[in-house]
Amino acid sequence: MYRRSGTGYTGIPAWIYAIAAAGALFVLLPLMAMVARVNWSQFIPLVTSESSRTALGLSLRTSAASTAACIVLGVPLALILARSPFPGQRLLRAFVLLPLVLPPVVGGIALLYTFGRQGLLGKSLELAGIQIAFSTSAVVLAQTYVALPFLVVSLEGALRTAGNKYEAVAATLGARPGTVLRRVTIPLVLPGLVSGAVLSFARSLGEFGATLTFAGSLQGVTRTLPLEIYLQRETDADAAVALSLLLVAVAVAVVGLSYRRPRLGVAPEGAVR
Amino acid sequence: MTFQLDATLAARRFAVSLSLGPTETIAILGPNGAGKSTLLSIISGLLRPDAGKATIGEKVLFDLDADKNIWRAPHTRGTALLAQEALLFPHLSALDNVAFGPRSAGASSAAARDTAMHWLTEVDADSLASRRPGQLSGGQAQRVAVARALAADPDLLLLDEPMAALDIHAAPLLRRLLKRVLAGRRAIIITHDILDALMLADRVIVLEDGRITEQGPTREVLEKPCSRFAAGLAGLNLVAGTVSDAGVTTAQGMVVAGQRDGTIEPGQDGVAVFPPSAVSVFLTEEHGSPRNSFQVIITDLEPHGDQIRVRAGRLSADITPAASADLGLTPGMSVYFVIKAAAIAIYPA
Repeated sequence: MYRRSGTGYTGIPAWIYAIAAAGALFVLLPLMAMVARVNWSQFIPLVTSESSRTALGLSLRTSAASTAACIVLGVPLALILARSPFPGQRLLRAFVLLPLVLPPVVGGIALLYTFGRQGLLGKSLELAGIQIAFSTSAVVLAQTYVALPFLVVSLEGALRTAGNKYEAVAATLGARPGTVLRRVTIPLVLPGLVSGAVLSFARSLGEFGATLTFAGSLQGVTRTLPLEIYLQRETDADAAVALSLLLVAVAVAVVGLSYRRPRLGVAPEGAVR
Repeated sequence: MTFQLDATLAARRFAVSLSLGPTETIAILGPNGAGKSTLLSIISGLLRPDAGKATIGEKVLFDLDADKNIWRAPHTRGTALLAQEALLFPHLSALDNVAFGPRSAGASSAAARDTAMHWLTEVDADSLASRRPGQLSGGQAQRVAVARALAADPDLLLLDEPMAALDIHAAPLLRRLLKRVLAGRRAIIITHDILDALMLADRVIVLEDGRITEQGPTREVLEKPCSRFAAGLAGLNLVAGTVSDAGVTTAQGMVVAGQRDGTIEPGQDGVAVFPPSAVSVFLTEEHGSPRNSFQVIITDLEPHGDQIRVRAGRLSADITPAASADLGLTPGMSVYFVIKAAAIAIYPA
C-alpha cells in the first residue's frame, strides 16, 4: 500500500509514517514533559539570576570561540580529505571523526593528559607561563575537540558533491590556487560550511563531559550552562528545569535560524549531463 | 609562435604529437574513449602525461625529460578550457564570471568589468550581464562561457564539445559565434559533428585508441578519408586492404574493384571508398563486369533523408523506400550489395 503526498509520488509505505511518528514523538515528548514541569511563576527570576546569566554568557562566548576554531582547523582538514588523495587518508578521516563516537569524558581525559599541568604539551606550556587546564581556554579547547568532526563531515560532503570541475575551469582561466579557494571553492560550498558551523556551535553549546573533566566547574570561568544546570539539579530542581528550557530555546533559535535543509552547494544547471 | 605537443600516457594508451600555428584551429574527431578529452586535459595541465614536451613559442608548458622535469601549473599556461557544460560559477553574475579571468590576471575590478563587458558584447550577451547562471538558458550560458574563456586572453583556446549539450536551436547560433571569434585565433576543438569541423577548423585530426590515425585539411579528409572513422563521418563506405591489379583485397580475401588513383601501385596498402548512394541492393547475385557484388546480411534499416539506409555490418546502401518495400527487406536477410567499379575510388591508406 502506498500513499501520495501532495502531487508527487513518494513511494513510502504507509507503515513507515507510523514509525516515523513514533520517532518524532520520542524526541518531542521529553521536551514537552520538561515544559510541563516548569515553575512559570519563578521562571523569570530563575533564568535571570546572576549565576544563570554568567553561565549563559560564558556558554555563548566559548561556543562562538570554539566555532571559530572549528572553522579555522576544519576547513583545511575537509579540503585535504575531500580533494587530494594521499596515503593514510582513510586513517586520518577515522581519527578526525573519532570524537563523534568517543564519550566526551574520555575526550576530556585525553585533553587533560595533553594540555594539563603534567600533560604532554602542558609541561612546556607551563614553563612558558601558559596554563590551560581549568581555564576558559580549556572550555574552548574541549568544545572544539568534540565539535570539530561535525564541521569536517558536513563540509567534506559539500566539497565532494560540488566536485572539482569549477576549480579546474577557474585554474585554466588563470586563477592561482589561493584565488580558486577564495573565489570559487568556498563560495560554492558556503551552505555546507554554514550548516557545519551551526552544528559545531550547537554541539559546543551542549558540551558537558569533556568540559567538566578538562576545565572543571568554576563559576564565571568554566561553568557553562550545561554544567550550571547539572549543579542546580542537586539543589534546586526548578532552576535546573528553567535553565534547561533556556538552553533548548537558544539551541532551537540558532539551528532554526541558520540551519536550513541540507542542499547541494551547487545550483542545478540544466545542461549538466 | 607555434604550439608543439608531444605526449604519452601509458595508462590511457595515449601517444600524440601535434603542432599548431598561431592562428590555426584544428578539430579533433574520434570515437568515444579515443583520448580526445585526455588530450585537452594534458594541454591544460589538469592531467600529467608520463613523458613528453609541450611548448607555445618560447613558453614551456611541460618538459618531462628525466633531466628537466618542468611542469607548469594550469593557471600559468594560458590555455583556457571551454567544456560542453558551461560551468559558469553559480554564485557570480554573468559579468563577474567573464571578469574572472582578467581579475585573476591582476586587473583592477573596474578594468576587469570593462573587459568583461567588451567580451559579453562580442558574444551578443551584453543584455545578460547582471543575470545569475541559474537564470540563463543552456545556449545563453554557453555564450557567456565563450566570453569568459576569451576574456582570459588565452594563447590557446581548448573547446571540448562546446555544442554537445545544446538543443538544436542553440547549437547553430553558437557555431556561428565560434566561427566569428575563432577567426585569427589558435584553438583546438573536440567535436562529434562534421559540420563543426567544416565550419570552424582549418585542419582535422582523427584520434582513435589514443593515436592520430589521420590528419589533414578538413575538406580533403572528408573527400578522401583513410580511416574508417573519418569515412563514417563523411557518410562514405570504406574498405581497407592491399592494392592488387583487380582493386583492393581485404585481409578476409574480399576483392573490391574500382578506379585506381594514379599514384598507387599494387602491393601498397590502400582503401576503396564509395558512397552508399552508389550501392544497389539485389536479392539474387548479379553478374556482369565491371561490377562488384557482395553477399551481406542486413543488420539495420533506418531512414536517411528521403532514402532508406540499409546497413550490413560496416557497409551501407541508400535506396528508395519503394525499392525497400518491393524487396521486402528486413534485418537478418541475406542480400547482395552491387556497386559499379566506376563509382569506387581507390587510393593509398
